[in-house]
Amino acid sequence: MRIPMTEYLIIDLDTERWTCKVCDHDLGDARGNYKEGTLVYDRDPRDIHQSILDPEKYEFTFAPDPTFCRILEFYCPGCGTQLETEYVPPGHPPTVDMLWDIDSLREKWTERGTDPASVINYGPGEEAVADFSPALGSYNSLSSSAPHSHS
Amino acid sequence: MTLTVNETSNASGGDEASKPLTDQEQEWVDQFMDETTLFLGPDPAIMRSHQITSRSAYEEECIAKGIDPIQIDRIRKRLAGALDEGYEMCEAMGAAPGAKWGDLTTAIYTAEGDVTYLSCHGVIAFSAILHHPIRYIMKYWKDEPTVGINPGDGFIHNDARYGNVHNTDQSMITPIMRDGQIIAWVAATIHEGENGACEPGGMPSGSETPFDDGLRMSPFKIVEKGELRRDLLTFLQHSVRDPKLQLADLKVKIGAVQRIQERVDSIIDEVGIETFVAALRVTVEDVEQEVKRRISELPDGTVTFNQFMDSTLKENILIKFACKVTVKGENMTVDLRGTGPEILNRAINSPLCSVKSMMMQAILAFWWPDLPRCTSAMSPIDIISDEHTWADAGYDAPMGQSLQASFRGFSALQTAFAKMQFSNPEKFSNVLAPWFNQINTFLWGGLTQHGDQVGNLCADLNGMGGGAKAFRDGEDAVSPLFCAMADTAEQEVMEEEVPFMQLVSKRIVRDNQGFGKNSGGMGYEMIVAAEGTPMWGFMTVTSGSKFSSVTGMFGGYGCSTNPLAMVKGINIYDIIRKDSSQFDLSMERIMNDQPYEGGKYTTAHMGLQFDVAKDGELYMIAQGSGGGYGDVLERDPESVAKDLELGRISAHVATTIYGVVWDAETFVVDEEATRQLRHDARQARLSRGKPYKEFLESYVQIEPPKDLLYYGSWGDETDELTATHFTSNGPERVKATVDKLPLIMIPDRREVKIEKLEERIRELETKHNEVVQRRA
Repeated sequence: MRIPMTEYLIIDLDTERWTCKVCDHDLGDARGNYKEGTLVYDRDPRDIHQSILDPEKYEFTFAPDPTFCRILEFYCPGCGTQLETEYVPPGHPPTVDMLWDIDSLREKWTERGTDPASVINYGPGEEAVADFSPALGSYNSLSSSAPHSHS
Repeated sequence: MTLTVNETSNASGGDEASKPLTDQEQEWVDQFMDETTLFLGPDPAIMRSHQITSRSAYEEECIAKGIDPIQIDRIRKRLAGALDEGYEMCEAMGAAPGAKWGDLTTAIYTAEGDVTYLSCHGVIAFSAILHHPIRYIMKYWKDEPTVGINPGDGFIHNDARYGNVHNTDQSMITPIMRDGQIIAWVAATIHEGENGACEPGGMPSGSETPFDDGLRMSPFKIVEKGELRRDLLTFLQHSVRDPKLQLADLKVKIGAVQRIQERVDSIIDEVGIETFVAALRVTVEDVEQEVKRRISELPDGTVTFNQFMDSTLKENILIKFACKVTVKGENMTVDLRGTGPEILNRAINSPLCSVKSMMMQAILAFWWPDLPRCTSAMSPIDIISDEHTWADAGYDAPMGQSLQASFRGFSALQTAFAKMQFSNPEKFSNVLAPWFNQINTFLWGGLTQHGDQVGNLCADLNGMGGGAKAFRDGEDAVSPLFCAMADTAEQEVMEEEVPFMQLVSKRIVRDNQGFGKNSGGMGYEMIVAAEGTPMWGFMTVTSGSKFSSVTGMFGGYGCSTNPLAMVKGINIYDIIRKDSSQFDLSMERIMNDQPYEGGKYTTAHMGLQFDVAKDGELYMIAQGSGGGYGDVLERDPESVAKDLELGRISAHVATTIYGVVWDAETFVVDEEATRQLRHDARQARLSRGKPYKEFLESYVQIEPPKDLLYYGSWGDETDELTATHFTSNGPERVKATVDKLPLIMIPDRREVKIEKLEERIRELETKHNEVVQRRA
């Protein structure tokens, strides 16, 4: 059974591996830190949040100060999807942001007896529909679902 | 105060003294301590606990007589109606600007002070924290012969150390009594603004001691048997800049709680005291049980989210707010260890209770908004925190801008929950990127055009950008994190009362967006200038000018940083009167083009202490954006083109961030070229990204950059905090657990600047062989 844990990350309970929702790339042991399976880039935050006020004239311009703030970008090595970002001081170790109890996860889903693809959505409201079927495959299938291509 | 047997024996030491005290001896000790206590400060036993109390014997008795869930629900609904009525009275009649925008709340509590129900509107955090003063009143004043509690009494407090979000909010807490017994409490709290602090407006960014924070009201009785005590009222009016406001809103709150009490009286007349008491208690317990069930549905595991704040509001530093949320079965633990130390001469510290109140805001408004608005929702959640950190500050720390830490408490829980709930089929709120979390507004004070002395703030703090949702963009300037229904008010109405205009109000700042597959709600700019007053000034009280204050979610980006821009030495009104074409104002144009001759154009971080504004000088800020959700390269190209056409984003952002190609005249997307550009962007990621372990080797440093004033754990695998301690020989970096750190105080920035300038003078003197004789 494959469980979507974030917008782009799936835990395959059969293989106990993290995989990319977009391309099915293996991202490592589901009992560990998915970031270990990613490519990381240390982004100068001014590339993203660009100055609106003239940086030649002013210290504060709407752009973060790169000596205070870096953006770590975590990419899927298979498809280049940006799986996560993290704002950190320069040189600060990346955060291990999620560690899941796989035995408990399996137990809960076994007890539920439902298909994650059909019961997981984005919450209340008509618009909050999530379609994980292409990435998850059919109920209880192993990690055989076809890669889901992006537009 | 109670001295325990162990404490007395340890103090005495000898064998004889180590014998346990008899009951009689213990009673004498207790009586002695009670009679000789010099000062009843905040009680740690009350202040550290957010758990609900156990059932009282009377509640047990009431519940034992039988519970009809339908009737309890009906009582709850009627209470909600009564509380909303009280809320609307405060909103309609309140004199404080905050009251007019909905920055208030009303609530009903059990006899022991557990919040049973809040008004459907208003600030959850205000009521979520009032169990502390109620328990204090019950413990210290109920049986105190000089105080006591009688029908018609009302207690006031504002000091966050006794349980408040911050000192600018004032409460009115009244008992509901039957046959001499307290059976419940009703309270109203309003963000009053002015409180006599070292700066106007009640939220001083410049406070350096707790005594700069303004009124320090521990809970005391200001209404006695229905009558407002004039002597105490006069004392309070004398202690603040706006005595009319102080009187008016005390009356408004008294009126509101009396109306709620009338409604409660009719409920009790109808259902009886016992059913009423049982309904209050059962609601509290039911919510706690339901929360345990909901926690048990979440996946077991740990989600960690660190935040870094970049300012003391006087100088730029980096201070960490660490948070690790662990779910195991029906238990949830929020661990704040690793959070930076309190800074004993800066305003950013917060008591833990205030941080918890904002966590409650996240829980009741962003996690499970369908629950009865009852704060036992946090009761099953354990919170681990080190005292004397900036999010769990001690008694001696200034707290004028405690929102800096407490809003981080909100963001910690709001952000973590997207990961905690994502895989859960049972959701009660949408998967959401971080909400903006700063108070980007102007505080102001001085003499009005009507000759009144005032101090307060603009409602624009309520225009925070919403976080992007998993399925749509966040809403622009939608609401503050602390109040879903708050209003950004009518600026024109404000201008009748205060001597300044918002020359630009509520115009979106291009590119000030949390980029993502779905973008964060955007913030707008505000340009203000005063005129026609002998004395006026502005303040700002915000961090996030060097380090983005909110992040993105699942590959999205966070918000921009936000500057304060000023043009001093001009009078914009004179300029416009002479040439109306100059009324084309935007922060970008004014600052980049510098069109006004003789003006001094400056930028600064957003911690501006009260700054005297001469007529027509410009102060400019922007409201912030919510975080973006998902990979920017997945954003619908048509949405990018639409944002571009509306001027919400620049062509540069559309190309470099979103990877979209379009026709410059028609804004029609070139689908093939966009596909190719995005493909190339993904390939570029693959070539520049380093495998994680290799990346760590080159990126991670064993300590923060040398010149960065950093406070908090460096990485998450240590119990020690890193801090810069200022000794008589200059700054020194230290690393220790919080209990072993030296007291952290930061030198006066003007002295630091003078020292640097003097050093530069000496360098130049040496360079030019100038000998200057100076006396020490």
